[in-house]
Parts: sequence; structure tokens; C-alpha cells
Amino acid sequence: MSKDRLLEVEGLRVKFRTKAGEVKAVSGVSFEVFRGERFVLIGESGSGKSVLAQAVLRLLPDNAVLDGRVIFEGKNLFELSEEEMRRIRGREIAWIPQSQSALNPVLTVGFQCAEPLMEHYGMKKSSALSKILRIFDFLGIGGREREYPHQFSGGMRQRVLVAMGISANPKLVIADEPTKGLDSEKRDQIVELFRKIDRTMLVITHDLRFAERFADRIAVMYCGEIVEVSPAKKFFDEPLHPYSRGLLESLPSRGLKPIPGFQPSLINPPKGCKFRERCERSFDECAKTPPLVRVGDRWVRCWLYDRGERA
Amino acid sequence: MNRLCLIGSTILLTITLLGILAPLIAGNPYKTNMAERLKPPNFEHVFGTDQLGRDVFSRVVWGARTTMVVAITISAISMGLGCFVGAVSGYFGGLVDDLIGRIIDVFLAIPELVFNIALVGVLCFSYGASIWNVVLAIVVTNWVSYARVTRGIVLSLKEREFVLCEKAVGAGEWYILLRHVIPNAIGPIVVLATLNMGNVIMTVASLGFLGLGIQPPTPEWGQMINSGKDYITTAPWLTFFPGLFIALSVLGFNLLGEGLRDAMERRSYVER
Repeated sequence: MSKDRLLEVEGLRVKFRTKAGEVKAVSGVSFEVFRGERFVLIGESGSGKSVLAQAVLRLLPDNAVLDGRVIFEGKNLFELSEEEMRRIRGREIAWIPQSQSALNPVLTVGFQCAEPLMEHYGMKKSSALSKILRIFDFLGIGGREREYPHQFSGGMRQRVLVAMGISANPKLVIADEPTKGLDSEKRDQIVELFRKIDRTMLVITHDLRFAERFADRIAVMYCGEIVEVSPAKKFFDEPLHPYSRGLLESLPSRGLKPIPGFQPSLINPPKGCKFRERCERSFDECAKTPPLVRVGDRWVRCWLYDRGERA
Repeated sequence: MNRLCLIGSTILLTITLLGILAPLIAGNPYKTNMAERLKPPNFEHVFGTDQLGRDVFSRVVWGARTTMVVAITISAISMGLGCFVGAVSGYFGGLVDDLIGRIIDVFLAIPELVFNIALVGVLCFSYGASIWNVVLAIVVTNWVSYARVTRGIVLSLKEREFVLCEKAVGAGEWYILLRHVIPNAIGPIVVLATLNMGNVIMTVASLGFLGLGIQPPTPEWGQMINSGKDYITTAPWLTFFPGLFIALSVLGFNLLGEGLRDAMERRSYVER
């Protein structure tokens, strides 16, 4: 794989100002996605992974405070004007939203998928639709472009969202929980589908099975931080971070052993290592915030590995 | 089919048809005949004749035209204006929303009919009597309810995921508002418009009755009641039939509106 960075996220922080206090949804996340790579971000619900995806595209509501840099093809997206950002969305970076309620119930799916083409390439409705027909065929929903979202099942709607995402031929596709609410057979189909569209992808999921079958590289997010970045195979063979290990051991095929305790609140996260209180291997060092350290071609945020190079 | 809808639409269809077919089924509403004045309903004049010997049936039927056209015009203009203002206010929020919100509050604080009467009086005084005075005077108060309802719907719709999804494909805010958000708000707005039509008809008739609305000799129900009120003991048909038609058309719109609302609620219940 060529080491050509398509997307670099550096020290990204996202805070939400709410009545209950400041929610630190993402606190200092850095990673990069190489061109042609399938990068999967794993995390529990509430670990800040969806927020991260929306922050990259600057889709968050007004009460979100963004900090850090998101560099896409050499441009810092946080420095672009709203108008320039609009030309990136859908055309350069597509976002496939989670859940299937992301389609407008009163418009045909064909029209909704054709919109990015009309928006970004000034195509006429008819020529945009004819291009959509080919994408629909390719994704196995051919001939259904005149139907409305309620006529589709969950899995089929996911395909419509994929069609909508890739219609304007973006360089990077960010998919948020593509397997949410689908049964295991449908999930396997989504894996096949995502392999088929063959593009640089950043997939956000809590579905480890999906990650195992799809990812080239995996990042694990916990409590708004990345705790481990590993090539997929190494991650599943030998996870480094105690949290990653806990996640894998909680899988039915690997013992169905849950991680004790709960993820701490993002309003008042604990000092030091955020996983310390749930960690079997915690020791005195863990009261201090661990750095992200390099272990071979992997990175891990844990004092157990603090021998190598620091980020 | 919902029973309320059915009854309401039957009434409205009948009145509308009468209005449309007026040239065929009704005589000349302006033709006076002093020899035949104040005749009670009979075979020749089924609703009787008025103090100038005009056929009350013809005047009621032609009056249906006036009322329907005026009421629909008023509703269409208020709906367009109110929905646009409300949608912009709800969708963009911020200062615009605050400003529009206060304007709406001000209008809600003023008794509608009093304001209509004052306005139509001023307009009559400045520009002379015309149907447009009535239209303008009612639109000025009537758009507010559309704005309020649309704003509320848009506030909830803009949090729906499909709006975010549209932003993610790079669509502009105005495009999202006009192409995605407003079409989703149409249902409740149609219900409101239907229920509101009854109010508009009542207001038009009230202004007519007060002599401020559509001026004689144009046949209009409210104004017919006004000119018939002096004969209410001797010739009650002069006030009864226009009154009946006002009541029926208001009832028709209210039944249809209620029925539509039930139908919408049931549908949204199934969708959830």
C-alpha cells in the first residue's frame, strides 16, 4: 500500500456546551487514513466516534466547539469557508449516515441519490438519474429508483444511502454505523457491498465482526480518545490495550466476557488513564495521563507499553 | 374513507358546484322587480324575493362564487406568506427568528376581527371600497397562524437526520429548506388551511354584515343578511338562506379539516 495520506486528523477536540456542563466528546484525537485504505474506527456508543465523523465534515450543531486540524489532500478543512466546505461535502468526502431515517420520506430515492450530481456537477435531473440507475444496478437495487424510502427494508435503505454517498464519486467515504439495526446476514451483505465500492473508506462502528471482515487498519476509541491503532489482523490476533482485549473477550466467539463497569461520563472524565477504573492491569502510573506510544507499526495509549517512541 | 371528511366534502362540493354552475341554474342576481318584492319562497322563487324583488336563490348562488373566490384568495396568500415567513424563522433561527417571533406575538395579542374592521375601514376611507380591501385586511392577520404552525413544524423537521444527510452531500441551506423541509410540512399545513377557511368565510361575512366588506349590489352572504335584517320579522327568508349557506360552508370546512387531521394522525401513528 502506498503511504499517501488522504486524510489526516491532528489533535482534534470537540466540546459541546450544554446546560449540564461542557461535554468533551472528542479529546485530542489524531490518526490518518491512507489513500485506498479501509480504516475502521471502533468504539462503544457514546465514545465520541460519530461526533468525530461529523466534525471532519463540519456538520456539528452550533454549540460544538472544534479544535485541532483536519487535513484533506493538503487543505485544512477547518480553515475553509462554509461555501468551500460545501463543495467538499458529497463531492470529495461523502458521509453515509447511520440509521435509515436519513432519507426524506416525501421524495423518491432516485431523486435523492441524484441530488449530489445535480448539486456538484450541474447535471440535469434526467442525466443525473440515468447515472443513478447504473449505481442502483451495481448495488443490487436496480429498477427501484422511483420508489419512496418507506418501500425499502432496512438493508435496502442502507444500499440507497450508499448509492447516495458514492453518486458524486467522492475520494473518501465516511460511513457511520453501516450495520446498525441489521441482522447478521444483512451485515455480511453490507461487508460485501462495501468491499465492492472499492474506495478509501473510514467506517465508524461498534460491530467488531464487521471490522474484522472489512478493515485494513483499526483504531479503537474510548471516552473521546484513541487508545489503539493497529493493522486489523494484528489487532484481532493480539490486541495491545487492555480495553481492546476486553472488547475482543466480550465477543461470543471469544468467551463472552463483559468488561466490568461503565464508560465514564464525558462531562467529568476521570484524570489519568480513562480506562483505569475498569482495567484489570492498572497500576500506579495509570493515575497520570498515558501518552500514545508506538509499538512496531502500532500505536497504543497505555503505560504498560511506555518503552517505545512517543507520539 | 373518513366519515367527517365525506360529509364535509359533500357539503363543500355542493356549494362549489352551485357556484360554478351559477350561470346555468340561477337567474340574474341583479334584476329587480318591484311588483314581486318580498315574496316568500314559492315555485318560481324557491328562496323568495328581497325588498327590491331580486331572486334570493340567484343571489345566494352567485354569492357562493364571491365567497369562495375571496376566501380561497385570502387563504392562498396568507398560506404562502405565513409558511414562508414561518419556515425561514424556524429553519434559520437566531436573530431572524427572534424578530419574527415577536411580530407574531404582537399579532396574537390583537383581537383579530377588531383589527380587520379597523384596517378595512382605513383602507375604504383611503382608497375607496373594493374587494381587495377585504382581502388585504384579512391577510394581514391571517398569515400569523400559518407562520406559527410552520415554524413549529420546521423546528422539529430540521433536527431530522435527512436534513443532516442533505448537508453532508453539500446541498445549500435554501435548497434544503425549500426542497426537503417544506414538502414534509405540507400535511399539517393543509389541515390548518382547511380549518382556517371556515374562519376566513366567517370574517368575510362579518365584514359584509357590518357594511365594510364587499359592497352591494355584488351578491355576498354577509351583506345580504345586513340588508335583510330590517325585514327579519316580516321576511325572514332574506336572512335565513344566506345565513344557512354561511353556516353550511363553515361547517363543511371544519368537518373536512377535522377529518383530514384525524387521517393524518392515524397515518403518522402507523409510520412511527
